[in-house]
Amino acid sequence: MSNPSQTTATAPTAPQEHEPRIVAFQCKWCTSAGSDLAGVSRIQYPANAVPIQVMCSGMVSPMYVLSAFNKGADGVLVSGCHPGDCHYMKGNFFARRKLYLVQKLLQFIGLESDRFRMSWISAAEGTKYAQVISDFVRDMKALGPQRKLKAKR
Amino acid sequence: MTKKRTGVFVCHCGNNIAATVDVKRLAEEMTDEETVVYSQDYVYMCSDPGQNSVIQAIKDNQLDSVVVSCCSPNLHEKTFRDNAERAGISGFTCEIANIREQCAWVHKNREEATEKAIKISRSAIRRVAHNKALDPIAVPVTRRVMVIGGGIAGIQAALDVANAGLEVILVEKLATIGGHMLQLSETFPTLDCSQCILSPKMVEVSRHPNIKLMTYSEVQDVSGSVGNFRVKVLQKPTYVDPEACKLCDDCVQVCPVVVPNEHDLGLTARRAIHIPFAQAIPASYTLDVDACLGLNPIRCGKCKDVCEAGAINYDMQPRTVFEEVGAIIVATGFDLYGQENLGEYGAGKVEDVLDGLQFERLCSASGATKGHVLRPSDHKVPKEVVFIQCVGSRDPAQHCAYCSKICCMYTAKHARLYKHHVPDGRAYVFYIDIRSGGKGYEEFVQRTMEDDETIYLRGRVSKLHRTRDGKVRVLGTDTLTGQNVEIDADMVVLALAMQPSKGTEQAAKVLKIGRDKDGFLAEAHPKLKPVESVTAGIYLAGAAQGPKDIPETVSQASAAACKVLALLSQDTLSHAPTVAKVRESHCTGCEMCVDACPYQAIRLLNGKAVVNEVLCEGCGTCAGTCVRAAIDVKNVTQLQIHAMISAIMGG
Repeated sequence: MSNPSQTTATAPTAPQEHEPRIVAFQCKWCTSAGSDLAGVSRIQYPANAVPIQVMCSGMVSPMYVLSAFNKGADGVLVSGCHPGDCHYMKGNFFARRKLYLVQKLLQFIGLESDRFRMSWISAAEGTKYAQVISDFVRDMKALGPQRKLKAKR
Repeated sequence: MTKKRTGVFVCHCGNNIAATVDVKRLAEEMTDEETVVYSQDYVYMCSDPGQNSVIQAIKDNQLDSVVVSCCSPNLHEKTFRDNAERAGISGFTCEIANIREQCAWVHKNREEATEKAIKISRSAIRRVAHNKALDPIAVPVTRRVMVIGGGIAGIQAALDVANAGLEVILVEKLATIGGHMLQLSETFPTLDCSQCILSPKMVEVSRHPNIKLMTYSEVQDVSGSVGNFRVKVLQKPTYVDPEACKLCDDCVQVCPVVVPNEHDLGLTARRAIHIPFAQAIPASYTLDVDACLGLNPIRCGKCKDVCEAGAINYDMQPRTVFEEVGAIIVATGFDLYGQENLGEYGAGKVEDVLDGLQFERLCSASGATKGHVLRPSDHKVPKEVVFIQCVGSRDPAQHCAYCSKICCMYTAKHARLYKHHVPDGRAYVFYIDIRSGGKGYEEFVQRTMEDDETIYLRGRVSKLHRTRDGKVRVLGTDTLTGQNVEIDADMVVLALAMQPSKGTEQAAKVLKIGRDKDGFLAEAHPKLKPVESVTAGIYLAGAAQGPKDIPETVSQASAAACKVLALLSQDTLSHAPTVAKVRESHCTGCEMCVDACPYQAIRLLNGKAVVNEVLCEGCGTCAGTCVRAAIDVKNVTQLQIHAMISAIMGG
């Protein structure tokens, strides 16, 4: 199924180590504000994760996760407000319930379950945001490139 | 669809962005994007010339959409959307690519940071290509205000708003307004009597034609949004008709039930039927139903028998009231950090170890000892008193990490009040640092040390215990001399940390507003929006937002009132038009979105989902739930998110 010769597609500066590409869906009110706080506090973390701000983690459709993997993401993060603290009251409960199933599905089809993560990061948790991203990047480096769901071109 | 004409504006932010991100390269590479017809970089895009250049570029190049790569949208999204409007295009066709907080500031490697900034900007460009020009939805405004909490913050805010001519509903949980300030004896740094300055304000509240006072009431539920909240308030029965009550005190004389008096923090006792204190507003008695023998004339009924005015009514029922308001000010105040959490200081079980508020009641002329400083255990005048600062504050390992801000000042005040009451007594203060920022504050502390000969010891108290001869032995260190200190004190006063009150926790839950890591209400921006909550139309005042003293509380309350007045000075409010929209052709009427919507904004009409745009807050939970992709939030559509993913993955 996997074919190593196909990984040449987009690897701009690939020395020996694999530089994972991570898409981070983060809610506007908590996690995005938390990542802003990490910025204001100048907490350094790897540049591998690119954020996409959504209004609420509840609006993250399972399709987004699959689409990101399909387009070659090594890891996908969905991060929202802490359960119970959702700006929209209960959006993150929907997210949690739904994305748990997505995780199970990804496992079922044989993707390393570690590649898809959920986290709850409040607007006050800049340090936690940096930590979550750093950990994710480190683990994705260890796992290497994701080929299972990546579209063959 | 005709081809989009997008302009990209890359900000250097001085060196904040330019030091890490190659802004020239970023601006240049963006022109590869199909929709981009114009791209520039500038040192401060938010400056006047920067903003003008955006407006000019939109006009000159007939741009229909704009991406600004700069700081967080929380800071300047509005700025640049306003610019777009001024240039004649919809503000909703402008999007921010956050390359400062989420990129330049958190990375060091220039190459990597530039790559990431390019991806972020590209994704914003792909998104904006599908943005629709939207018009804000106009919503009528209810020009009434609710203030929750009747302490000094709530009183000040209510008076300010009411004096401007708007109707105010002031909701207080207890039977009287006044809050903690009314428990204080004197206030720093002027030592003027707290009651004397607060009571007139309380009377003003009760007489103000624009203020509807609801004491003994709690907010139970809030629905709606800015401009049009609907608040459910539960008014608990006091079993006494305030109109009929003559304040004769006969009922108290016959009531057989004695319970600790909360107004005096348990230093005195009260009856089940009581008035919190003589100056209570509303001036009326309350029957504490938890303490009462049972609201039953057969079991007791003494108070009802003796009441000549016939003011007591055992059949009074709780009332649920719905109020329509346009804005809400939350002023739910603080509680002291519980003594029970402090095992090293006796966990509240050692006699003659008081907290700051209890000491206030000892000093107060209306307090437990009628203004004489007597220790509670044997009513003797304490000759040696130890004041301990930072109890529970500044202790991240065990208690609260933050500084409670007012304790340095009120401990100095306590020491002075004590010395004024007991001139031959000795006052010791254990402190870590003295933080006396404020007008006249430092001089006040100096006078405490010099004129009133208070002994300040820099160090912490490790523990205290009761000795056999009825003293409290305090074991501490003086870090300036490096010696251990042991004091046999007659009384110990703990300057306990301020923490958000229980009511604050409850209010945050009911109003769905955020709290910070310490549980205080979170402001929308720590510097620029200190009185706004993250929810539009809900404002914060007083110690519920963070530890603060009276002048600061009053300032914040007036500031919140000012914000409310500005908000409600408009006839209509504009509601963000980025709301959910149903694609009828795809909708099967499965009602999943109806169940998911937190705002009951979606209902089914003729088998298709219909969105109420005024109620919709645009969270998109419906879009994430719909299995047919039949519902989308305008300008954050699924198509747009997929386009952003592609941009990031280099597609």
